[in-house]
Amino acid sequence: MAVAARKAGRVGTGAANKTTSTKGSMRGATSNSPQFDKNQDLSAYNEMLLIRRFEEKSGQMYGMGLIGGFCHLYIGQEAVVVGMQMATKEGDQVITGYRDHGHMLACGMDAKGVMAELTGRRGGLSKGKGGSMHMFSKEKHFYGGHGIVGAQVSLGTGIAFANHYRENGNVCLTYFGDGAANQGQVYESFNMAQLWKLPVVYVIENNRYAMGTSVSRASAQTDFSKRGVSFGIPGEQVDGMDIRAVYAAGQRAVEHARTGKGPYILEMQTYRYRGHSMSDPAKYRTKDEVARMREEHDPIEQVRRRLLESWKLSEDELKAIDSRVREIVNEAAEFATHDPEPDPSELYTDILL
Amino acid sequence: MAIDILMPALSPTMEQGKLAKWLKKEGDQVKPGDVLAEIETDKATMEVEAIDEGVLAKILVSDGTDNVAVNTPIAILAGEGEDVSSAASSARAPAAPAQEAQAAPTPDMQREGMADRPSPDSIPGTDTSPVAEPAAPSVITNRTSYNAMAEIPEGTELVNMTVREALRDAMAEEMRKDQNVLVMGEEVAEYQGAYKVTQGLLQEFGAKRVIDTPITEHGFAGVGVGAAFTGLRPIVEFMTFNFAMQAIDHIINSAAKTLYMSGGQLGAPIVFRGPNGAAARVGAQHSHDYAAWYSNVPGLKVIAPYTASDAKGLLKSAIRDPNPIIFLENEILYGQSFPVPKLDDFTVPIGKARIHREGKDVTIVSFSIGMTYALKAAQELEKEGIDAEVIDLRTIRPMDTDTIVASVMKTGRCVTVEEGFPQSGIGAEIAMRIMENAFDYLDAPVARVTGKDVPMPYAANLEKLALPNVAEVVQAAKAVCYR
Repeated sequence: MAVAARKAGRVGTGAANKTTSTKGSMRGATSNSPQFDKNQDLSAYNEMLLIRRFEEKSGQMYGMGLIGGFCHLYIGQEAVVVGMQMATKEGDQVITGYRDHGHMLACGMDAKGVMAELTGRRGGLSKGKGGSMHMFSKEKHFYGGHGIVGAQVSLGTGIAFANHYRENGNVCLTYFGDGAANQGQVYESFNMAQLWKLPVVYVIENNRYAMGTSVSRASAQTDFSKRGVSFGIPGEQVDGMDIRAVYAAGQRAVEHARTGKGPYILEMQTYRYRGHSMSDPAKYRTKDEVARMREEHDPIEQVRRRLLESWKLSEDELKAIDSRVREIVNEAAEFATHDPEPDPSELYTDILL
Repeated sequence: MAIDILMPALSPTMEQGKLAKWLKKEGDQVKPGDVLAEIETDKATMEVEAIDEGVLAKILVSDGTDNVAVNTPIAILAGEGEDVSSAASSARAPAAPAQEAQAAPTPDMQREGMADRPSPDSIPGTDTSPVAEPAAPSVITNRTSYNAMAEIPEGTELVNMTVREALRDAMAEEMRKDQNVLVMGEEVAEYQGAYKVTQGLLQEFGAKRVIDTPITEHGFAGVGVGAAFTGLRPIVEFMTFNFAMQAIDHIINSAAKTLYMSGGQLGAPIVFRGPNGAAARVGAQHSHDYAAWYSNVPGLKVIAPYTASDAKGLLKSAIRDPNPIIFLENEILYGQSFPVPKLDDFTVPIGKARIHREGKDVTIVSFSIGMTYALKAAQELEKEGIDAEVIDLRTIRPMDTDTIVASVMKTGRCVTVEEGFPQSGIGAEIAMRIMENAFDYLDAPVARVTGKDVPMPYAANLEKLALPNVAEVVQAAKAVCYR
């Protein structure tokens, strides 16, 4: 335990790694990051808060037995997906693994539909047939929601392949965790993506734990930005708790991919406050470690501080934002609780077209 | 002592080839490793290297000779110190072209365990009517079998082509029609296909649509599925389905399940194709028949054609189908010729079996190369007064239960034939469907003839024992007829 905590602490400061161009550090969260204007901070705050409150509600509903199976919460990692989404344009695609609620909300998918899918109801985005890990939206260019660790990396590379084939100028953001980064198909995909110069950005969300195994216990190379070195894919370590650093790195990566230079790797150094899934006793890390991250590096708190201090918003104005977000989440929860289960006839639909 | 230089086999399944060109001439001194000649098959071109040192005394088979059977002496080498002219005169009569010698299996075919796999040429009726069978007979209940005859308009011209050519033509025709169709896989482009199935596609469609991948099945299967999610229609070739085991996660978890998991939003219009099952003498890791595996999975369609006509028509349908398709080919069948209708746009519907041979005493159900045993057995049975009906499933999933059941209601007996393993095999599935739908019509328990329940051995004699054979089918058919 002590080892895990100590090692994790080391990884946490990796954003200051000399090989990277991002100087953002989790310690001095406001120091060297590129600045946001007021609108950017406001929008980031709204979106991250929506994910936070949505996930808190999900956890609550899971505890009430309304959500079944596995449920992986995104709390703590909000700046990654919201910041990256700010760096994209309409048409760019997103694909991720099973910790996907935040990605869906950031893509603009309806909170009601996401929540109703978590509760397995007919109004869920997959009509109740997919669940927490399996949701999709062609309209919002969100390609899942995949439950097999690492599978989304090849699939996302394939989406980028299609962009390249169609010459449509779109980029596919392919998210995966520090755990998935050790899967073989990740490197098969890196190879093809660089070989064919595919427009894909690999966003490695390093939250330090692959389920219960810390990065240092599972990875020979803990600097994930270097995982593409043998293929010649550039990479950066980014302070994934600072949305401004995420956005800036995202812009560089997306630009690189969009201009035909091929794939780009971003290691987002982030942290999940909750367990791997709802059933995680979290014995592999100390309570102190979690508390320190929350207190010192919380992505939402950083923006909130700027809104108050730099942009002179009042506490009341922030409260108004908070209550609007809560309203969206409560409505979603209400809908997801009372929407009927799928009709039994749905059992045999959607197997083949 | 003069040494015979023999026509070599380029692959375990090669039976004959063309002697394209001699690079040495009579009287040339030859050292081991020197390239003597080039030979070609429909699959590949290779060089013949000298193994022994000596003088090329006599060339027995001249440049440009077609259909030279494997193991035919093609030249004589005079050994060290040997008189060249006397060595040359030791020549035996030049071998007849392979076609004339085909009445009996060559020793080489026996060596390769091929003797029990009848070529379609030796099955009467195959060459002339595999696609134009009479309509299914009337049945006792409302169960009706599919009328495969209607697939080809009356009077359509038929042209002979190999299964390999039929598959290539199917891909080329669909690629001409739809820009979203592309082919990817190992050696599909510049090499022209490991088994030459994609021959010429690179030249016609270019490197953008005919894509050589690295040897990375898991990765490129995932890339194909991801591309299919966006609406492209990739044809992913596996050099063999044995290698698709590395990719089976994407085939099943990503391709087959996503439509359902997305509530019908996101499908994967993709074809996974390549040779499946045993070829010859390639051992356990290259000989597995996966028909039963993929047939187990909802969300997939599984096709396994026997004739060139079905291969073409079904592959075209598969490419157009919006679902993930497993298209199981067979290396032994690639080089076999069948009549194929000459039509601008010939398709065969997925999910429909074909009555290949009509009969009344026993139903034999098979698919892919299993059909060669089934048809040969039907001939043997005829000599003994048993009139067998042979059904070619063509599609494994969805399975055409109606055609099987209608036939069994007529014959009251059924034998299944496949090269795959017995447990949870296609035969087991067919037997269950017959129990569910025609139990009262059965006059005997359903019998199955399968590959043996062992990993495929390498030794020629053991491999032969591991595969099904015609005698086993005959025996099973007689057993269910109580004969």
